[in-house]
Amino acid sequence: METRSARLLFLASVFTIATCGLVYELTAGTLASYLLGDSVTQFSTVIGVYLFAMGVGSWLSQFIGRNLLAVFIRVEFLIALIGGSSAAALFALFGHVDSFRVPLYGIIFVVGALVGLEIPLLLRMLRDRLEFKDLVARVLALDYVGALLASLLFPLLLVPHLGLVRSCFLFGILNCATGLATLGLLHRELPRPRALGAGGLAVLALLGAGFIGSDRLTAWSESSAFADRVIFAKSTPYQRIVLTRSGDDLRLYLNGNLQFSSRDEYRYHEALVHPALARLPQARRVLVLGGGDGLAVREILRYPQVERVTLVDLDPAMTRLFSTQELLTPLNGGALTNPRVEVINADAFLWLKANRERFDLVIADFPDPSNFSIGKLYSTAFFERVRAALGRDGVFVVQCTSPYVARRSFWCIDATLRAAGLTTAPYHAYVPAFGEWGYILASVVPLETEPLLPTGLRFVTRENLAQLFDFPPDMSAVPAEVNRLNNQVLVRYFEAEWANYIH
Amino acid sequence: MRVSRRQFISTVAGATLAAGCTRRASWSGGIVGAAHAAGHRLREGKFPAPVRTETHEAVVVGGGIAGLTAAHHLQKDGRDFVLLELEREPGGNAACGANAVSAYPWGAHYVPLPNVESTEVLALLEEFGVLTAWSADGLPIYDETMLCAEPVERLFTRGRWQEGLVPQTGVSADDRRQYDEFFAQMEKWRAATGGDGRRAFAIPVDLSSRDPQFTALDGQTMRAFMDVRGWTSAPLRWYVDYSCRDDYGAGLEDVSAWAGAHYFASRNGHAANAARDAVLTWPEGNGWLARRLAEPLRAKIRGGCVVWNVEPHNGGVRVDYFDLTRHESVRLESPAAICAAPRFVAQRIVRGLAPVALEYSPWMVANLTLDALPTGRGAALAWDNVIEHSDSLGYVVATHQSLRAVPRETVLTHYWPLDREPPRAAREHALARSYEEWCALIVADLERAHPDIAAHIRHLDVWLWGHGMIRPVPGFIWGAGRAQMAAPHGRIFFAHSDLSGLSIFEEACTRGAHAAAALLAV
Repeated sequence: METRSARLLFLASVFTIATCGLVYELTAGTLASYLLGDSVTQFSTVIGVYLFAMGVGSWLSQFIGRNLLAVFIRVEFLIALIGGSSAAALFALFGHVDSFRVPLYGIIFVVGALVGLEIPLLLRMLRDRLEFKDLVARVLALDYVGALLASLLFPLLLVPHLGLVRSCFLFGILNCATGLATLGLLHRELPRPRALGAGGLAVLALLGAGFIGSDRLTAWSESSAFADRVIFAKSTPYQRIVLTRSGDDLRLYLNGNLQFSSRDEYRYHEALVHPALARLPQARRVLVLGGGDGLAVREILRYPQVERVTLVDLDPAMTRLFSTQELLTPLNGGALTNPRVEVINADAFLWLKANRERFDLVIADFPDPSNFSIGKLYSTAFFERVRAALGRDGVFVVQCTSPYVARRSFWCIDATLRAAGLTTAPYHAYVPAFGEWGYILASVVPLETEPLLPTGLRFVTRENLAQLFDFPPDMSAVPAEVNRLNNQVLVRYFEAEWANYIH
Repeated sequence: MRVSRRQFISTVAGATLAAGCTRRASWSGGIVGAAHAAGHRLREGKFPAPVRTETHEAVVVGGGIAGLTAAHHLQKDGRDFVLLELEREPGGNAACGANAVSAYPWGAHYVPLPNVESTEVLALLEEFGVLTAWSADGLPIYDETMLCAEPVERLFTRGRWQEGLVPQTGVSADDRRQYDEFFAQMEKWRAATGGDGRRAFAIPVDLSSRDPQFTALDGQTMRAFMDVRGWTSAPLRWYVDYSCRDDYGAGLEDVSAWAGAHYFASRNGHAANAARDAVLTWPEGNGWLARRLAEPLRAKIRGGCVVWNVEPHNGGVRVDYFDLTRHESVRLESPAAICAAPRFVAQRIVRGLAPVALEYSPWMVANLTLDALPTGRGAALAWDNVIEHSDSLGYVVATHQSLRAVPRETVLTHYWPLDREPPRAAREHALARSYEEWCALIVADLERAHPDIAAHIRHLDVWLWGHGMIRPVPGFIWGAGRAQMAAPHGRIFFAHSDLSGLSIFEEACTRGAHAAAALLAV
């Protein structure tokens, strides 16, 4: 009776291990594709590493001589714990490690090796209970059937209904339950069954908690708010940072507002930097306010005459992400770790108030004035402080939302810059992800030098530069009030103009 | 197994309860401020004889805005003088404090754009760089960081925050008609002049018209006046009551209709870079102005001094005070002096001064340091945040003027005029209440709009103003008593907003400047 049940249980274990192992492998592959893009590479490498690790595990099984059952159950709990929480762990780690591939392949390898260890152990334990030909036939058959079940369940049921993280926890629970069942049935053959059982229950509790709490653990629920897959989400004390990916298009959102799309951000950033800097052959020192993604800095570094770029961004999480995260640094060409660049995490207004240094170019690349906090950074009081930080021939460029959608907001910023004693030259560029986008170039004395553009630009040319400063009638100047700290009219214009606009 | 599960649950529940309890009691703080004990010593009147006598060109008694402004003018004239103040720090109602998060006010916290006729105030603000320049068309330009930033006001009404303080949700067509009538009348009065050619309601108050069509309003309460006009709308009454309590520490049942109307119809300040109803403010409130006034006078200000005798003497003035630090009395003799103490104190210490009937509003002011900004449904956090139908006036956010984009901690100043019972009883009850009792009242009031506020309090201090503000009850502003208070007593000149019947910065500043001018003319 006991032999028969034990045999059935062992065979069931084979089936569970096969199914769960494949689920973990598929999860890792999918997650890597989500986060890193290029699914062919991700799946190939993940499967390769997993199979290789299984081989390593099988080879290692020869070194286990005694207490086969105890080792088997322990390994089963370990697989449950590591595999079951792998999706949550990888997702959580993505934002905190510089090289995501290290934990990714590390976890796959460990799970693969443990699964690889289990099958030979099972074969050895079943050796006395089955004939060799039956043994091999049944174990291998169950292994492959389990794999088929997993590969069907995964795309059809698990991912759509439970999501990656919860599926992973669920299979961890199954893994663990199988281990506990084996323990329950064969506890007389084990040295310290109570301790082992307690360990198993602890794993089960952890996985159960993970399963229940995984809505809060991850940001998959946020996906519905974004068109593309959310691959990173983090709430800092200052804002919510979200990265999405769709194919090769990486997008950054701050508080739900799109900051750039990797497909066309060069248009936005070339237009932000070059109309001013190409006319400043004497520019040595450049100040960037906001712009923690380092993309504007990348454009500035094209100019050899620039000796130092100071970037002041409020959020250390932002600048750290764009200084170290291997997925993001290629976008800015490692601009934030360039020796010519100094990154300061500070509040721009307060920093500017304390600043005594003069700059040849100041670029304000703040989010749009959608709330009173950001509205302060487009006020006469702020622009007067920027003016004080400009050298004699200094120039100030500010990104100014869309002059097409938020026409009055755009011209309000223009009026505010003029009220702060600056001469303005408004211009605009078409950025597909944003639509028609506005900038204002402001200076104490009008800029008259001829532009000298660096090579390698994809959008701004000597020929189209003048065109950018031409406003068609649907975006031309409208009367607007000056934005002051004590009226914040810009935020009110902005709210009204974007309220019914779906972008 | 069952046992351990039960244990687990009870442990979790215990921990949650414990966390809840410690949270509630987790903030620090106490009752701080006004030297009641030292002040009350005056009533007993037992002070030792002076150990020495000093002679100065002038003495200023009281270091509130009136005394500081008077001293400021004496200083500019190069006079040798001493300013005596009961508290350790000067400032009076413009007292302020500071911690690692922000500076914050303990009392007066803003100055509306000064009227054209408030020349003393305009001159002082220009001197301090608050008024930075004049525009081509003759309008003052103020420092933008000192103009109260938007959003200025919000009201918690019917479970939601709305912009502005006049209730807008759930008001009927008749309410709106009454709003329109009321504000139209105030607007009319704002522009009105009397038969004597003066503005109906001016600042300083003594420049107002004596035309009986306006002064007659002083004979009735604001409530009686509104009854006559048929302005019975509940939301309008609430708003006018709130406004009176805000300015005078007493509601429309208590203050005169003239004072009530003055609140709405007197302001006509203009600026090139702000709307007419703008106000000037600082994180520490008017403490900023008090500090600017006091700083150059440090060497001449003596804090912690109870003045117990002021009397005309040999054609000059003799002032006796008790030094709370050294435990000794000192006598000062000077050709003239300015008494800038509140009138109820002046009547006790100035020998031979005829008493005038006075009523003062007691106040409680609390400062709460929070580890997160208060939120709520509806309009965004403003400078002044009022909860409809609350006994308090709501709270002012000390970090509102901060240029920081995202302040993470803040200090809220919670204002509470104690006018729900007669002043004497309210004063006694306020002083009898323990710190814990005050905390319970304050938190319960704020929880109406912010149910989770207790969890965010890190520090809470309470300040009690026994005689916070002179109360302009019917007949006070244009009665005989007030006229009598302004007259000098020998070479003792008086300066305090009590003399105006309105406890506002402009009155104190003007009184101080005028008293200094009178002394300097001697």
